[in-house]
Amino acid sequence: MRLQFILSEIGIGLRRNLSMTISVVLVTFVSLTFVGAAALLQMQIGAMKDSWYDKVEVSVFLCPRDSQKPTCAGGEVTDDQKAAAKAALDAPDVKPYIQTVYFESKDEAFTAFQKQFKDQWWAAETTAADMNSSYRIKLSDPTKYQVVADVLSGRQGVEEVQDQRRLFDSLFLVLNRATLLSVGLAAVMLLAAVLLITTTIRLSAMSRRRETGIMRLVGASNLFIQLPFMLEGALAATLGAGLAVGGIWLGVKYLVTDWLGSSISWIPYVTTADVWTIAPFLVVVAIGLAAVSSLVTLSRYTKV
Amino acid sequence: MCLIPCPRDWPRAVIRFENVTKVYARGARPALDQVSLEVERGEFVFLVGASGSGKSTFLRLVLREERPSAGKVFVAGKDLTTLSSWKVPHLRRQIGAVFQDFRLLPNKTVFENVAFALQVIGKPRHHILTTVPDTLEMVGLAGKEKRRPHELSGGEQQRVAIARAFVNRPSILLADEPTGNLDPTTSLGIMRLLDRINRTGTTVVMATHDDEIVDQMRKRVIELSSGELVRDQSRGVYGSAR
Repeated sequence: MRLQFILSEIGIGLRRNLSMTISVVLVTFVSLTFVGAAALLQMQIGAMKDSWYDKVEVSVFLCPRDSQKPTCAGGEVTDDQKAAAKAALDAPDVKPYIQTVYFESKDEAFTAFQKQFKDQWWAAETTAADMNSSYRIKLSDPTKYQVVADVLSGRQGVEEVQDQRRLFDSLFLVLNRATLLSVGLAAVMLLAAVLLITTTIRLSAMSRRRETGIMRLVGASNLFIQLPFMLEGALAATLGAGLAVGGIWLGVKYLVTDWLGSSISWIPYVTTADVWTIAPFLVVVAIGLAAVSSLVTLSRYTKV
Repeated sequence: MCLIPCPRDWPRAVIRFENVTKVYARGARPALDQVSLEVERGEFVFLVGASGSGKSTFLRLVLREERPSAGKVFVAGKDLTTLSSWKVPHLRRQIGAVFQDFRLLPNKTVFENVAFALQVIGKPRHHILTTVPDTLEMVGLAGKEKRRPHELSGGEQQRVAIARAFVNRPSILLADEPTGNLDPTTSLGIMRLLDRINRTGTTVVMATHDDEIVDQMRKRVIELSSGELVRDQSRGVYGSAR
């Protein structure tokens, strides 16, 4: 009897304020779409880091024939300097951070260079002697770049220590800015959602004052009186969350997987599976919104 | 009213006011001023007095819709001044209340209106299906279960309200001018019903302006005037001058 009764009360309440209910659904839908987009952007960054950081190396470029760098003032790198650099990498306080060290000779560098730029007119002038020899270091933890940089930077014979991760920084910067924008919009929309749910519950409580008055009179518990209103808000918000999940799923499926994925295939993208990962989180946010709004409103409008 | 000898500490009074004063926030004059009285189990009490004399405040204090500004209110053995608010619903389940304006739900049938009082306190379905028809028959509305309030006369609507107040078999029934909107003949019917409910052992407290009814019934009369208790008379009449 109780459950059936509460459900019928919720139905009556939702129908009575249909336009308000729809606006709650839509506002939660839009706000949670932004929340979800922000989460997916971060997951996208994570996916790229996972995939790329495994491949990136720290390159220690040794001095070529004629370099302007002060550390290369002594001309091309000598065998002693090379050995000293290698010894520094093998030192016990650095070694644990290093997975593998590979020496790329000038000839190897030239081969790779030719392969990459064979169609460029300016590449024809370049010879193997213009190339840098280098140490290619794979770190066991790609974030510990600074350890290698500290040891080798400024050393005679070392032109430059380059962290390939730097190449992604500008891309990640764009994605992080987009996340911030998304979070900002989400915050504004969530505020709007809370206010709207508050107003809806208030209207609903006002239009059912007669019922709640009698409930209080005959000794219904506070929870019993307030539950239909809370569930109304929660139901509308959850519906909005459902729409948001659906919208994000469609976006990922058609925009990311089908369109971006087929045109730029070398980037690892978020998938619809990631959407399902954030879906429960969005629903929890929606229910949280409704709960906060209910608590604020109901304590004022339906107290004993 | 005990069927076996009452225990010595058994509270005979179901309602007890001890020097109760109620001042509403902005009112200069107290709505109730140092009122002390007891209503015993099974009594029928008329609460009389002019409008604004404090009758409704008295009833609201019993229902704990208000708290006294000073003094103590005991209802059904509980001190309402210290009763925590989450226990208030349980208190109200022991009190039925009827009003001048009936307060029925217009979109529910007679049956649903009475059943509502049981549904919202979580009574099981089978209990509702047996108790509600019994109560409707008792108040004389058998056969009108499917009507809506607007299809009923004023007297019948008040009977629905009484059924709703009594369906959970409360130990106290409060009635705030229940005959205020009814003609004398209909009022008499309502009074017979309240009397019948009183005979089941339910304490009835009725606030009223209706002198004919008070004079006819010859029950205990408590008169309030400007918030003060001016008369408490068993088997009394409406006006003290008569």
